[in-house]
Amino acid sequence: MKLVVTVVGKDRVGIIAMVSQILAENNVNILSINQNIMDGFFNMILIAEISGSKIKLTDLQKTLKERGQEINVDIKAQHEDIFNIMHNI
Amino acid sequence: MITIDDILETNAMITENKLDVRTITMGISLRDCAHPNINQFCQNVYDKITKSAEFLVKTGEDIEAEYGIPIIHKRISVTPISIAADACKTDSYVPVAEAMDRAAKAVGVNFIGGFSALVEKGFTHGDRVLINSIPQALATTDLVCSSVNLGSTKTGINMDCVREMGEVIKRTAELTRDTQALGCAKLVVFCNAPGDNPFMAGAFHGVSEADKVVSVGVSGPGVVKHALEGLKGADFTEVAETIKKTAFKITRVGQLVAREASKRLGVPFGIIDLSLAPTPAVGDSVARIIEEMGIESCGAPGTTAALALLNDAVKKGGLMASSHVGGLSGAFIPVSEDEGMIAAIKSGSLSIEKLEAMTCVCSVGLDMIAIEGDCSAATISGIIADEAAIGMINNKTTAVRVIPVPGAKVGDMVEYGGLLGYCPIVPVRNQYSSEAFIARGGRIPAPIRSLTN
Repeated sequence: MKLVVTVVGKDRVGIIAMVSQILAENNVNILSINQNIMDGFFNMILIAEISGSKIKLTDLQKTLKERGQEINVDIKAQHEDIFNIMHNI
Repeated sequence: MITIDDILETNAMITENKLDVRTITMGISLRDCAHPNINQFCQNVYDKITKSAEFLVKTGEDIEAEYGIPIIHKRISVTPISIAADACKTDSYVPVAEAMDRAAKAVGVNFIGGFSALVEKGFTHGDRVLINSIPQALATTDLVCSSVNLGSTKTGINMDCVREMGEVIKRTAELTRDTQALGCAKLVVFCNAPGDNPFMAGAFHGVSEADKVVSVGVSGPGVVKHALEGLKGADFTEVAETIKKTAFKITRVGQLVAREASKRLGVPFGIIDLSLAPTPAVGDSVARIIEEMGIESCGAPGTTAALALLNDAVKKGGLMASSHVGGLSGAFIPVSEDEGMIAAIKSGSLSIEKLEAMTCVCSVGLDMIAIEGDCSAATISGIIADEAAIGMINNKTTAVRVIPVPGAKVGDMVEYGGLLGYCPIVPVRNQYSSEAFIARGGRIPAPIRSLTN
């Protein structure tokens, strides 16, 4: 199952490092990263494969959310199907 | 392959335009609960509901978290109690409503519907007992919703029931006067009621349904409004196309949630109700979509045409997005639950008469309208008869959910909180009486279906 992680917030050092560290610790494999800065705001969309991971999705979401709050960024992790079903027939 | 734009668009719909799934509703048949002893019947009802829906709320929450789409309510609908309880030797079904309320609280759902009777052609003993029990049942329970279907295109309108429901609404208002007649917000009177509607207060589990089904009601007026903001001055072909595309996307999310809920609960998927259901929050209003099309304030001439286009385009767009569509599907026009409608009533652009005209082309009917508490039962019955006639003749579902607030006058504001919202008292032309018309009783015959002019 693929996971779509979106990160939005004020730019600072170490956002990508933190997110990728959490994913690596949980054996979640990153497939693609798209990141840019718009008006000083950090935007990242990351697609990852979660099938090899033992962590429950809700626990991973919680960890990402909490660690994100510590550095003032909003991190969402969603099952890819919500995007697939809405934009593909 | 998902693109970055797709991801951004979906998440903007959710966070900025208030896209949500309004409800996952589990329909549960109570036909196997029948028992002559009311206490045993209530126990059977409680057991069947709590066993069937044990994991409903948890499943809803899991899906919500996994996909990042808010699922606002989890609800239950049951077989109309007048049918399920018909064998009970009793003169009150209030204990049944209390058992439903306890069961709903035990499994943690937001509402339970089905304290209902289907009497478009006539009454059984159970129907009479149920209708007489409605005021007390709604006053003593928190989560139970009640509905009565008193007309259909195939059978005509039961005018005896129309008369009685005016009185039932008044009694319900009186018994719940401490909460500004909140009981009436949980009571709907229908013509052509569908048996698979997941929306409250009118949800019940139709007699032709399976033992259990899962249905989903979507929402999303804010998303449609946002899509139209980019179309200033565009012609109606473009407007309709844009609404269709948006409705398709909204409904696909509902289909995903329904499919997952059905799989995880091991209960067959029923239908998607592809309704635009507003909330009192700013940015989640059907009235504001009408205004976005170019009507200065909802209710001005052109409003009915705008709503007709909206209602039709929502259905056309949503139909292809789901394997089974049903329920009420279309655009709801409740007053207290829609920030734009509330503003339009306040400004005087929208009246109950214009709302009645709008119900000819919307998905349901006169909904969540607070009126003066001294409106007579016959006046309320007159409103019900008019609305039922529109449904009967036009072969569509219509309904009335009016709230005669005891002691309230035009100019006052009543507040119900949450999704039920708040509402200025809407003026009704009750200086002229409907008494003699309503007193006649009997049945309005079923209408002719040809010579349609």
